[in-house]
Amino acid sequence: MDKNVKIYSTPTCPWCIRIKQFLKENNITFEDIDVSSNHAAAEEMIQKSGQMGVPVLDIDGEVIVGFDREKIKTVLGL
Amino acid sequence: MFDLIVIGAGPAGITASVYAARKKMQLLVISRDIGGQAAWSGDIENYTGYQFITGTDLAAKFEEHMRKYDIALEENETVTEVKKTNNIISVKTDKGTYEAKSVIIASGKRSKELGVPGEKEFKNRGLTYCATCDGPLFSGKVVAVIGGGNSALDAALQLTKIAKQVHIINITSALGGDAVMREKIEKSKIVTILNNTQITAILGDKFVGGIKIKREGREETLAVEGVFVEIGLIPNSEFVKDIEKNQIGEIKINCRNETNITGIFAAGDVTDVPEKQIIIAAGEGSKAALSAFRYLAQSRL
Repeated sequence: MDKNVKIYSTPTCPWCIRIKQFLKENNITFEDIDVSSNHAAAEEMIQKSGQMGVPVLDIDGEVIVGFDREKIKTVLGL
Repeated sequence: MFDLIVIGAGPAGITASVYAARKKMQLLVISRDIGGQAAWSGDIENYTGYQFITGTDLAAKFEEHMRKYDIALEENETVTEVKKTNNIISVKTDKGTYEAKSVIIASGKRSKELGVPGEKEFKNRGLTYCATCDGPLFSGKVVAVIGGGNSALDAALQLTKIAKQVHIINITSALGGDAVMREKIEKSKIVTILNNTQITAILGDKFVGGIKIKREGREETLAVEGVFVEIGLIPNSEFVKDIEKNQIGEIKINCRNETNITGIFAAGDVTDVPEKQIIIAAGEGSKAALSAFRYLAQSRL
């Protein structure tokens, strides 16, 4: 079954753009949450990751901070 | 064996790779990221042809231009050593080793750290080096920008659209940077400029809650929830040991972008070229590629 993938991002952060590109290239569907316009989601992201940097990826509850390509691959089984 | 390896994919590296691709050189680009510092810039109003473009969009245009050519690209890879033996230059990375007849180093610069207590602990917990990326998370908050040059002004300007109040902590007696940007900053009602002021510590519990500053010999505490560090840059040049650099670690080049090692060229912010601008880095990248092309033709490598 497909994993539930959420990305917390801002429209201007270069690594957010790359991470989304990477997910698309690998045909992963994901929910993109813009924390610059959604304050509740921003708080949720800070709670989940214990930090304020974007991007943050939530794959079935596993939280990955930043564009950690190898870790993302492992968690997604790519 | 490649004709040319370009290290870095910022404005200099990308432009070099486009020129080299058009000369049909066998080419490899190795980079940690794409767009370099341009991608982290806010609003750009001085890149000819664009009266206004964001750093994100300009970096995307650069990448699109590069991808028009069939250029081999190793992304997310960090170069750890560049060495020339006989006429072969080997480029070692965290993932492998590559060989080429010529190399262009366009690895750019990275943010300088403050070196004050609390900096490491609060990194990404209210302290950031990228206003463009993380700025939106500080909406409605009181923040401090540390620095007084163009990048500090750029960060402060971005934050005026987001934050409740922006303090600029500037160690010198007056703000530097472009007059146009200074005027915009001085007009903003939510910006306070603290000149002759030094930051001495980052305070907080789990996240940043304040900073300690020192002005006129007195220490005081300023309540802020965000700290944006913009105190300048250092060159990414540690991986080349045998190359001549200036006092601040910038690679020395001549007007043809040649370093002291034949076959190794450098371009953009990592070099001692006067003035660091996106358009200058791009121009330097093209020069370096043409020099590398000429070098290969003349030395018949």
